[in-house]
Amino acid sequence: MRAWHFSETAYPYLPPADSYPSIRVSLPNRIYDPAKGAALYDRYIDEWLIAEEEGVEIMLNEHHQTATCVDPGAPLMLAALARLSKTARLLILGNPIANRRQPVRVAEEMAMVDVLSHGRLEAGFVRGVPYEILPANSNPVRMNERHWEALDLIVKCWTHHDGPFSHEGRFFHHRSINIWPRPIQQPHPPIWVSTTSTGGAAQVGAHGYIQATFLTGFDTTKRIYEGYRRGWREAGRGQDVPIDRLAYAALIYVGETEARARAGAEKLLWYITANKVPPHFSNPPGYVPVAMNVQLARGAHNVVSAFGTKQVTVEGAIEAGTMFAGTPDQVFAQIKKHWDYVGGYGHLLIMGQAGFLEHDETVHGIRMFAREVYPRLKELYPDTTISGVQPAAQAAAG
Amino acid sequence: MQSTNLRVADVELELFDTGQGTARPVLFLHGGGGFTPQQPFVAPLSEKRRFVAPTHPGFGKSGLPDWLDSIDDIAHLYLELMDILKLDGIDLVGCSIGGWIAAEMATKSPERFRRIVFCGPVGIKVGPPDKLDIPDIFAIPEMDALKLTFHDPERMKRDPAKMSDDELAAMFRARETLALLTWEPWMHNPKLKRRLHRIAAPALFIRGESDGLVSAAYLDAYARLLPDARTMTIKAAGHVPQLEQPAAFTAAVLDFLGE
Repeated sequence: MRAWHFSETAYPYLPPADSYPSIRVSLPNRIYDPAKGAALYDRYIDEWLIAEEEGVEIMLNEHHQTATCVDPGAPLMLAALARLSKTARLLILGNPIANRRQPVRVAEEMAMVDVLSHGRLEAGFVRGVPYEILPANSNPVRMNERHWEALDLIVKCWTHHDGPFSHEGRFFHHRSINIWPRPIQQPHPPIWVSTTSTGGAAQVGAHGYIQATFLTGFDTTKRIYEGYRRGWREAGRGQDVPIDRLAYAALIYVGETEARARAGAEKLLWYITANKVPPHFSNPPGYVPVAMNVQLARGAHNVVSAFGTKQVTVEGAIEAGTMFAGTPDQVFAQIKKHWDYVGGYGHLLIMGQAGFLEHDETVHGIRMFAREVYPRLKELYPDTTISGVQPAAQAAAG
Repeated sequence: MQSTNLRVADVELELFDTGQGTARPVLFLHGGGGFTPQQPFVAPLSEKRRFVAPTHPGFGKSGLPDWLDSIDDIAHLYLELMDILKLDGIDLVGCSIGGWIAAEMATKSPERFRRIVFCGPVGIKVGPPDKLDIPDIFAIPEMDALKLTFHDPERMKRDPAKMSDDELAAMFRARETLALLTWEPWMHNPKLKRRLHRIAAPALFIRGESDGLVSAAYLDAYARLLPDARTMTIKAAGHVPQLEQPAAFTAAVLDFLGE
């Protein structure tokens, strides 16, 4: 089991939420004070480096036109971290390649970071949440097709070493591809892909890439992992899917005392409560299939754009499996329960900072997790563990 | 009268065709909301003319092959449809993106069209770079989009609770395909306005007086790019006069077509 400290580098100093219709896409950037923003970057980078000191790996992501995540050029932040950190793995999750016009440029950026970091890159690729569509002016229809063509091309950029090759595909065209530098890691850096659908997960499984899913709780996560294992097996990768192919992202806060944990957990809920986005940004045409839109019109819950009303409380979020919070014993038990239910995963992506969770509180949460919970998880779930096997069967086999 | 299916190139198209007598055909090209034979302008136009209306790829039950992603693709497809149906010297009526398709077709084969009606057409860019010619209906609340689309949105908007699953699916599919076809450049082909002078047929440009998507200035500019075009306004209608004021719409169309 490997744990990752994930910060969205949020800018929390906003006017009252009822004074703006959306925290994303349309919130005027006059609200952003660059001086405060610079101090926040310093602080968030410090927190990543503290996580590294504690043996936790580093993870970041990319969003655009939003106060929730002021990291529109994640490869830039990754380059800074490549030089500032020394040992941690560096996970970018990820590059929104369905929204980037030049996959070859993304391959170059990632190869450069891999070299800068002496081979510590973990290269993630995401479809991107629906509110990324407008900032990228990206067509929301056929994103999945663009995503996979781009990803296959990026892998070819990394692994082709004999001078220029060409690509004339459905969406991307290049006459002469020959990237410098090429990655250190061979044949290429580990590849991660996030998805929220079982069909998408099967596709990721068929490729054998690492599958990540965010805040999908108990049942949806279980279905996604099952989809991954099905795709893995159908592609002839063998019966056993090791847990290091699967990742889960949750809001996590560990406190020395219940009261301290509770206070931290309340502040982490900012991730969910501050995400005020109207439907025309959260569900652009074509982002979800027609059949899903019919269900939504009939009142179904949108897993892509809303996290569910009961999850705006600490209890509700813990019950839903989107948050693990409490004392070390409590958090260990919550993770174990979730891990067993969904079939097991080898990466825990810790959304451990949000909104007004101050530096000291964030560091407390990182240290308490790293020192009191992480060792127990590593012992219980070695990377060689097979996913989707009942715990009892695991024990018998072990 | 029901629609039938017809294969054009590799696309399975839903086609409504009255096939009536020898009356000169009208090829009708629908807008972003889609087409059904029950729409109120269909019967009155069909009484006077052979009325041919394909449902665009990705709308209704028409197929959408993975290669197809532009209005220009549909224009080529419909010229092929005209070959199959042996349609020539016909009249063309296009609404909204249907008007855009009509303009693309007529710039490619101007000799095949006798008269053309454009109703609230999109497809060109005439305004400054820092202002959208056509408002971004996908980036605003649904009610705001309805207000731009209709003169009387309360009367015209559809209640999902009263729609069947099939109707809902058709609505969402239309929305998705509309996005696919018009996303970038937004609602236009930058080259089209350099080609419109090729359209020799007399043209009528219609606009609903309350149309919040296609402005009067846009319609006038569009019409000025054709050698023989006039404009007219339909009162108490928005972007879809054929649904909001079907009597006035059909009267204007038939009058222009000489019926």
